[in-house]
Amino acid sequence: MSVVLVDGGGTNIGSVRYALQRLGVDAPLTTDAARIRAASHVILPGVGAAGPAMRRLADFDLVGTLRSLRQPVLGVCLGMQLLFEHSEEADTPCLGLIPAAVRQLPAAPGLRVPHMGWNRLLPRRAHALLAGLPDEAYAYFVHGYAAPPGPWALAGCRHGEDFSAIVQKENFYGMQFHPERSAAVGSLLLKNFLTL
Amino acid sequence: MLTRRLIPCLDVRDGRVVKGVRFRDHVDVGDILDLALRYRGEGADELVFYDITASPQGREVGTAWVARVAAAIDIPFCVAGGIASVDGARAVLQAGADKISVNSPALARPALIAELADAFGVQCVVVGIDSLRDADGEWRVRQYSGDPQRARALARPTLDWIEEAVALGAGEIVLNCMGADGVREGYDLPQLRAARARCPVPLVASGGAGAVEHFSAVFAEADVDAALAASVFHSGQVAIPALKRHLREQGLEVRP
Repeated sequence: MSVVLVDGGGTNIGSVRYALQRLGVDAPLTTDAARIRAASHVILPGVGAAGPAMRRLADFDLVGTLRSLRQPVLGVCLGMQLLFEHSEEADTPCLGLIPAAVRQLPAAPGLRVPHMGWNRLLPRRAHALLAGLPDEAYAYFVHGYAAPPGPWALAGCRHGEDFSAIVQKENFYGMQFHPERSAAVGSLLLKNFLTL
Repeated sequence: MLTRRLIPCLDVRDGRVVKGVRFRDHVDVGDILDLALRYRGEGADELVFYDITASPQGREVGTAWVARVAAAIDIPFCVAGGIASVDGARAVLQAGADKISVNSPALARPALIAELADAFGVQCVVVGIDSLRDADGEWRVRQYSGDPQRARALARPTLDWIEEAVALGAGEIVLNCMGADGVREGYDLPQLRAARARCPVPLVASGGAGAVEHFSAVFAEADVDAALAASVFHSGQVAIPALKRHLREQGLEVRP
């Protein structure tokens, strides 16, 4: 197994790398297309805004590379949002691997945005990625934008409205929360991803 | 549904965790990593590390201990104390912190909040506020509270500062009610209720926790998103598993 972390400039890259180390996997950071293509598993972390993140992928000429990957690819937080067609955040075209648009979470009285904290995962369809997940599984979310529910959702979550928490389409996977900061639940999901 | 968060706060000085009463007379309570792992194991939802030596001395936090914590724990944590620039914040975030919290430097230069939000997103920008009720009944902010020599009262009303900070890009507010801090008689419910009404982003209550009932009261009566405490957790007077059982019995949602 050779896991790489795509260096999309997000500040949570260190945390994701540490989480993999706790699972006994050393994943180098890279922006090199050949190394990314050669990896068995590719993780695209990301914290920040969609516009600068897509620009950075374009600057390193990685948009085509990421779209053409056939091995398991995991987008984390913003990295998951980038898998979709478009983000409402600064009207940004994204990688277009999942046919839907990411939208801002609406604020409402008593409903805080950003959605920040531990919220419950609501499984939608069976998949090896969710193997062993406890009935009452909570994950740590920090985000202001979200992907809608749809056939791509392996698990949803609810903050005022339903949104996608774990997604999958073909070999592309995404987690809106931070598995690297979601205690035992996050560790299990990362471990499952590495077995795909 | 989003659960209410319990956040042990670890005041850090010279690489050790310390605790004082009413911000003064600090005593050593343990090693950073030992306490971080202990709280993670007990079910803390998040940790705050507050470098109380940093801001008054005009230096930014060192990042070596931040990286050690990030490598060891798998729950989110925030680093506070003396972060006064985008570069200083970047160093802490790249070392593995999930959020950074600014207090006195943001009062000195409010544009710092907007610069941090632009650089890293509002989700990792926390604004900490030390607040005390003055003789005229108005809550006003305090600056450099970590240093008795430099601590000072400002003319700025706390509730106005909350609104300004959120408008500039604060993604979360930690309101430390200094009148209640360290005396364990309960959170300052009137002030937190007033803050809640003016604060559309997550609000964290700080100062005054002494018993499990204080936590259920602050969630139920001030509708805060999280409750922060230090001494009651460090002393073992309130254990997190028992606290979570109590909150669940009161109908409040918490992470198992």
